[in-house]
Amino acid sequence: MSRIDANTIETVKSLEKYEAGFVTDIESEKAPKGLNEDIVRFISAKKNEPEWMLEYRLKAFRHWLTMPEPDWSKVNFPKIDYQDAYYYAAPKMTDRPNSLDEVDPKLLETYEKLGIPLREQEMLAGVAVDAVFDSVSVATTFKDKLKKEGIIFCSISDAIADYPDLVKKYMGSVVPYHDNKHACLNSAVFTDGSFVYIPEGVRCPMELSTYFRINELNTGQFERTLIIADKGSYVSYLEGCTAPMRDERQLHAAVVELITHDDAEIKYSTVQNWFPGDENGKGGIYNFVTKRGLCEGKNSKISWTQVETGSAVTWKYPSCVLKGENSQGEFYSVAITNNYQQADTGTKMIHIGKNTRSRIIAKGISAGNSDSTYRGQVKILPGAENARNFTQCDSLLIGNNCGAHTVPYIECKNPGANLEHEATTSKISDDQLFYCQQRGISEEDALALIVNGFCRDVMQHLPMEFAVEAQKLVGISLEGSVG
Amino acid sequence: MLLSIKDLAVEVDGKIILNGLSLDIKSGEVHAVMGPNGAGKSTLSYVLAGKPGYEVVSGSAELDGVDILSLEPEERAALGLFLAYQYPVEIPGVNMTTFLKVAVNALRKARGQDELNSLDMLKLIKKKQQSLGISDDMLKRSVNTGFSGGEKKRNEVFQMAMLEPKLAIMDETDSGLDIDALKAVSDGVNALRAEDRSFLIITHYQRLLDYIKPDIVHVLSGGKIVRTGGPELALELENKGYAEFIEDAA
Repeated sequence: MSRIDANTIETVKSLEKYEAGFVTDIESEKAPKGLNEDIVRFISAKKNEPEWMLEYRLKAFRHWLTMPEPDWSKVNFPKIDYQDAYYYAAPKMTDRPNSLDEVDPKLLETYEKLGIPLREQEMLAGVAVDAVFDSVSVATTFKDKLKKEGIIFCSISDAIADYPDLVKKYMGSVVPYHDNKHACLNSAVFTDGSFVYIPEGVRCPMELSTYFRINELNTGQFERTLIIADKGSYVSYLEGCTAPMRDERQLHAAVVELITHDDAEIKYSTVQNWFPGDENGKGGIYNFVTKRGLCEGKNSKISWTQVETGSAVTWKYPSCVLKGENSQGEFYSVAITNNYQQADTGTKMIHIGKNTRSRIIAKGISAGNSDSTYRGQVKILPGAENARNFTQCDSLLIGNNCGAHTVPYIECKNPGANLEHEATTSKISDDQLFYCQQRGISEEDALALIVNGFCRDVMQHLPMEFAVEAQKLVGISLEGSVG
Repeated sequence: MLLSIKDLAVEVDGKIILNGLSLDIKSGEVHAVMGPNGAGKSTLSYVLAGKPGYEVVSGSAELDGVDILSLEPEERAALGLFLAYQYPVEIPGVNMTTFLKVAVNALRKARGQDELNSLDMLKLIKKKQQSLGISDDMLKRSVNTGFSGGEKKRNEVFQMAMLEPKLAIMDETDSGLDIDALKAVSDGVNALRAEDRSFLIITHYQRLLDYIKPDIVHVLSGGKIVRTGGPELALELENKGYAEFIEDAA
């Protein structure tokens, strides 16, 4: 009789385990419920946007109306009622605060509770944070210090106002508004997000980080991130996400665009811990995200690292378009699903330039009644001489009621390319757990130890400060999956 | 009495494997349990360690006066019970050093001791490692993954040295070992013999007992101890085989 099998479904107390699940009681200003052109205009007006931005939004909205829902992924959920949500919610503030002293203390408390202190003197050395609460950015730290290096790190709303030329040039250049239904919706109603520009030859001296928080009920969060690394520059960027626990499903449709010029590098890491729903699959976030990087310049590099533990449904494929000669794309992923979570995630590596290289390491862990799919595309275009790709997909199953699927799409139009694909599926055995327990390690700790071992190849690509946090998160998100 | 087993009956998959087994081990003693295939030797070691699927039908087992049969495996480990496996389990991705750190600190915590910091842990590992001839390379590799048969067994003894149990159960440690490996493993065990540490050595062959001298030898057959004697009993079995005991038990 296996213990795992018998008790997987009866996960108890998991409601207490999502530590970020509290609600901040703060007065907020919302747009009327529903979605139409007036709402799009309302959002744009709220943000005092220039005419060209409103035009972009409206163009996207009109196109969105004509687009079908993507139906090719292996996830099931009821049809989304787009009219039954709020598209703009902001904590009430008279103006955008100039310093943290003007930020509502309740907001600062919220972030402190989440372990994200915004006060610069309390910050971990070397991490600058942009905090996005529901629809707006509430604080960006270390702005001045970065400015001395010529680095721009601010909310996307500020960037539209202060750096319109950069935004106009790059926004939509990697993920066009008509790319897919979710990205199109984002292009119409995005509310805030982060903007980063690293000038030529600058190595960003600290980790940049954005922390997204959904607080309001029935509110979608549509953030937009744009990062540009000019020639020979480098930046490491981290994104974290949480939301209160609610019975209703909430929509999160983000767009992230990265651009690297010659010899530049962007390292983008995500620790995603949106509320996954309760142990019966009630509530949770729909995480429909379009992330794509363009290696525009030669010898440039984009590296995605993601640890995905949250969300009820995840639909996400951080990708690299390898256009510049000798450019490199990397994707390191850990996706953990428990209870009734569903994840369909992977990457796309599009090789256009000569000598382009890509590397994919994807680790999927499924427990409970969850379902996890790796979906990845490797495409070698005719001009991509000597392109190389290495893909490794490993799945780990815990219990007998979960599923793991690997769906690779490989398309090669250049005979000189070199492609490798490895895939494994394994199961945590009762013998492994018992061996650990015999040595004095509790069953839950043993599970976390084994799963972290399985994910090690990916975890080691996370920035040090966050690797520890991510390891803990792995343990927490699997709690209750053995009994 | 360190270990006291009384009238223990154990069922696996609905079949009685141990049937009225009694056994007492005093602190500091080395006991050998010998017996034919299918006598219930491995079942004895697993049921004491708390492996799921081994159903206790009746009887009791106490370690240091504590009834262990209702405890979780890790609680038994915290009380000082250690099982050296016949077939150590592979755990890919978890390196030996990490595994030892987690295990040692889990036990220390359960025993009310302070957890060791990384530096002290490393010192402890170095010290034990040298005396057992465990290479640095082995510590970097995943637990038992890609280890040779001899390495796996030495690794079990190494873990035993790190975790400092009161009662070490060795389940057919000699199986699959060549004579050099057998000697290395035995030397490791002998070095760990102490007044406050007892051993329960489960084996099919007398050979191992040439290297690890037992104080008392038991014959297990048909799910119970059928005879108990001194070290000479092992030699007698080597000459006569288990035939008479199998008949007795039947």
